[in-house]
Amino acid sequence: MESQDSHLFSEFGSLNVAILLIVGISTLITIRIFYVIYRSSKPLYSRHPGPLSTLIVLGSGGHTAEMLNLLAVMQMERFKPRYYIAAATDNMSLQKARVMEDSLLHKADVEVAGTSSFMQIYRSREVGQSYLTSVGTTIIALTHALWLMIKIRPQVILCNGPGTCVPLCVIAFCFKVLGIRWSSIFYVESIARVRKLSLSGLLLYKLRMVDQLFVQWPQLKSKYPRANYVGRLM
Amino acid sequence: MGEGDDHSLKSKKIVFVTVGTTSFDSLVKAVDTREVRQALFEKGYTHLLIQMGRGSYVPNKYSGEPGNSLSVDYFTFSSSIAEFLKSASLVISHAGSGSIFETLRLQKPLIVVVNEDLMDNHQSELAEELADRKHLFCARPQMLYETISVMDLASLIVYQPGNATPVAKFIDKFIGFSNNE
Repeated sequence: MESQDSHLFSEFGSLNVAILLIVGISTLITIRIFYVIYRSSKPLYSRHPGPLSTLIVLGSGGHTAEMLNLLAVMQMERFKPRYYIAAATDNMSLQKARVMEDSLLHKADVEVAGTSSFMQIYRSREVGQSYLTSVGTTIIALTHALWLMIKIRPQVILCNGPGTCVPLCVIAFCFKVLGIRWSSIFYVESIARVRKLSLSGLLLYKLRMVDQLFVQWPQLKSKYPRANYVGRLM
Repeated sequence: MGEGDDHSLKSKKIVFVTVGTTSFDSLVKAVDTREVRQALFEKGYTHLLIQMGRGSYVPNKYSGEPGNSLSVDYFTFSSSIAEFLKSASLVISHAGSGSIFETLRLQKPLIVVVNEDLMDNHQSELAEELADRKHLFCARPQMLYETISVMDLASLIVYQPGNATPVAKFIDKFIGFSNNE
């Protein structure tokens, strides 16, 4: 009778310990996630002096034009090295970024130019692809995104809309939660979005995965109060 | 097209139509109608140049008689449409933000035609907002003739280009760079 009791007890005990561990760890992770979200919404006050490695996610035509307009007025010596990422199917955007980086070099200002790299990323789903095959391609795209992010570990991320930026921002957020790398993530919604955020923008806004989200029309600011409106890029 | 003739160069008024990097057959079809050509001619335009992209609908070419009818020509793609935009007196464009802002920066009168065949038609948002602010005219392919005949170019307001500096300053401040470092 007694031995059966203790056996029963030990079984309960190990179960309890397991449950306690799971509850404990998930509580810790939840607290950490909330802390990261809270901390991300506040400006950085303890920053390493010197430039910050920066990831710039480029999209197709209009998106890239807007991003280059923003980069043109940024003080590039503060943001280096710079890593440009575009979809593997998009050759134009990286080409335009290269032209911009070359023009920095021509200004003979090596300080400003710094080093820049250009990379392509697989897209999880091409236009018109079937949903069944897109499960496989999504896994490949995520693995590729993770691999790139482990290599780059950027301190600043600038993106403005293409779907490829969502997995990159999610991975960057996970890096913050896990303490691998703290990054400041900025998302500028495309000027083409006047009344509604794009799906990428909405996801990152709702999940609170970006530090600051900019919109380019006051209507959007009143609809999404946590967004910033400080004017248009174009 | 009479480039050698000084007089015809001065009186040349080009309408440039652009569909962008894909195709927009219903726009090309709309500008290729007799009534639209007639309306443009009555407004004083002499040439119609169509960038038709990957579209399958090929418009008709007309040599045009000076003072009598519109001359019409087309091509598929060009590495840069900037030169065409610069030479145009009126631009009729698809709703992509790239060509909208390129045209507005050149301060050319612009009619944006929204492609209703696109699945996610968020593009009309931008064109309608800018039309509300009187920077351009917004039309649908089947309404193009009407838009051209009633448009009043004098009612358009010049678009003041945006400025990215406030966003850049915001980012700098947020990361902890002071602005006069």
